[in-house]
Amino acid sequence: MKYVSEYRDRDTALKYADLIKQLVTRKWSIMEVCGGQTHTIVKYGIDQLLPDTVTLIHGPGCPVCVTPVELINQAVEIAGFENVIFCSFGDMLRVPGSTDDLLGAKASGGDVRIVYSPIDAVRIAAGNPEREVVFFAVGFETTAPVTAAAVLQAERLGLDNFTMLVSHVLVPPAIETILSSPDCAVQGFLAAGHVCAIMGYIEYEPIAEKYSVPIVVTGFEPLDIFEGVYMCLQQLEQGRTEVENQYLRAVSREGNLTAVELMRSVFEVTDRKWRGIGKIPGSGFRLRDKFSKFDAGRKFKVSSHEVEESEICISGEVLRGNKKPYECAAFGAECTPEHPLGAPMVSSEGACAAYYRYRYVRKNDE
Amino acid sequence: MSDRNISQMTCPIPLDDYPEVTMAHGGGGRLMNDLIDRVILKAFSNPILDTRHDGAVLATEGGKLAFATDSHVITPLFFPGGDIGTLSIYGTVNDLAMCGARPRWLSASFIIEEGFSMETLWRVVVSMAEASKKTGISIVTGDTKVVDRGKGDGIYINTAGIGIIPPGIEIAPSKIREGDAVVLSGDIGRHGIAVLAVREGIQLESGIRSDLAPLDSMVGDLLDADLNVHCMRDLTRGGLASGLNEIASMTDCSIRIEENLIPVHDEVQGACEILGFDPIYVANEGKFITILPSRYADRAVEILRDHEEGSQAAIIGYVEKSSYADVLMTSSIGSERIVDMMSGEQLPRIC
Repeated sequence: MKYVSEYRDRDTALKYADLIKQLVTRKWSIMEVCGGQTHTIVKYGIDQLLPDTVTLIHGPGCPVCVTPVELINQAVEIAGFENVIFCSFGDMLRVPGSTDDLLGAKASGGDVRIVYSPIDAVRIAAGNPEREVVFFAVGFETTAPVTAAAVLQAERLGLDNFTMLVSHVLVPPAIETILSSPDCAVQGFLAAGHVCAIMGYIEYEPIAEKYSVPIVVTGFEPLDIFEGVYMCLQQLEQGRTEVENQYLRAVSREGNLTAVELMRSVFEVTDRKWRGIGKIPGSGFRLRDKFSKFDAGRKFKVSSHEVEESEICISGEVLRGNKKPYECAAFGAECTPEHPLGAPMVSSEGACAAYYRYRYVRKNDE
Repeated sequence: MSDRNISQMTCPIPLDDYPEVTMAHGGGGRLMNDLIDRVILKAFSNPILDTRHDGAVLATEGGKLAFATDSHVITPLFFPGGDIGTLSIYGTVNDLAMCGARPRWLSASFIIEEGFSMETLWRVVVSMAEASKKTGISIVTGDTKVVDRGKGDGIYINTAGIGIIPPGIEIAPSKIREGDAVVLSGDIGRHGIAVLAVREGIQLESGIRSDLAPLDSMVGDLLDADLNVHCMRDLTRGGLASGLNEIASMTDCSIRIEENLIPVHDEVQGACEILGFDPIYVANEGKFITILPSRYADRAVEILRDHEEGSQAAIIGYVEKSSYADVLMTSSIGSERIVDMMSGEQLPRIC
């Protein structure tokens, strides 16, 4: 398929693997921030083709995985209310809350619907004026502009039966949190190409400078990853710490100014709790006050008390890149995609799910 | 089990796992297989059922019969390339064909929701009549029930079928051998994407039509050619990956396929890229795999390619000695990975 198969070409991949072997003179650890990149790496076995001296550390860039359990609980509770149509992206449905997930809420009678865009949720609200429609707005800077557009559209249509549970998160503060951690092992970053397609990469330049770390904006196909890793290693070997752009076909330094403007008009930056990591200052979006009527948290009275995470699940360590999924005692035992203990086992972008799906061999399989 | 009173048996799926059935239990993946293994087979286990083939093979004094059943629930009822009526005939015909049988007789049972349009019902039964005529199968018995408005999704159709297995044909997972070739009858993923594209909420500008088709004619030609076919499986829910896993898990062998050899239409690939799906898990309704000695594989591909539905047929892999996983795939960049059975349903991703 054009624009896809040329980025999955075996010969070119092997050439990059060779170039990287020739380039590297010592051990390096690089973090790919985005869960989509993690999946490409594990699915295509890119790490198997890299020299032992290069370690890829999987980052926290899975919006599903980092959505706090308190918010999942709120979502499950709202989805169970009579008269509510609860709209969500598909991969949020099986993320475990404290006692249930959205799929369970649906099985118990809740009207839970998968949508592919927040605009679809607005359409459902317009078509069901007697029902309350709630959209679960999760995602990084990539999905936030469309959520913002949905808010503006709902306002234009004068809808008073449409609200959203907002849990948008932002990448740069998470990178800074990882870099400021005393046990940080990351020496270079692959930044998430699609986030930068919206935001550009100007905001990464001060991070690269402050922490003396190379950052390469990278795409999601196997050859994108190879090239991103190669560019990052070149910087490390040469002692450079710049922001470079591998994903030239989608990303400019300034980003998509229209999308950014749209987002800023609807949202303001706020502190946000990340599941498994904790509160990160300035790392999320919330609705601006003038759009507060679209805030489901205000409209519906739901519990919001703090919740303890599963004691055996080490998803926090995995999301910070300190541990690999298979280093968890529960991995493949108590925790599987069928019965996940932590979100990284659920999402199509979660690191645990990637390892389970493409690498894990079940013991005692009959 | 026979000496235990069935009413004393406790539900073997622990209630703390899933106290209620979820949609994922019907998705064709591991959860559905768990449900079948731990509830259905647990209660009904017998040597014929336990073979877990697409249909049951019944030995009679006059020869072997194949017996299969399938219930059909689909939204929307009419989709590009087919409708629930055609699906209900071909679904059971194909299950019979996978046993090596010539499909002969069919039952049709309808559960209809109060308020369902009579005109739509007529369109559905006309489709069924056309499909049964095309495949030479007769609908010889049936039943209709009407349920209260709101207690059904328009219409559900169950069909059960009987076919005759010609003498000398023995098709089962247990027959596959190391070195056998795996032949796929065409490009995958069309049905799943075609249905998804017309569901509420997705606006994929796709011209993809379901691959819904009867497989009996292709299967008949393969069997007539005397290629010593070891196993066949039609690839429905759960797609190619689940079909291969189901076969391999019942044998001492592993199956290795090569990603670059699997035919996928560009539009299906494109839709999968957007939704975060893997085509090997997407549903089909007119594709099957044939496992047979590798020396006959090229001939099998030729025979399949003589049919319109088989024009993209290809050898996609081989049966290997038992390895660390049931199904392995050489990825497009040459590395190796496991192809696991899907967990529940494929859920579209966020970004």
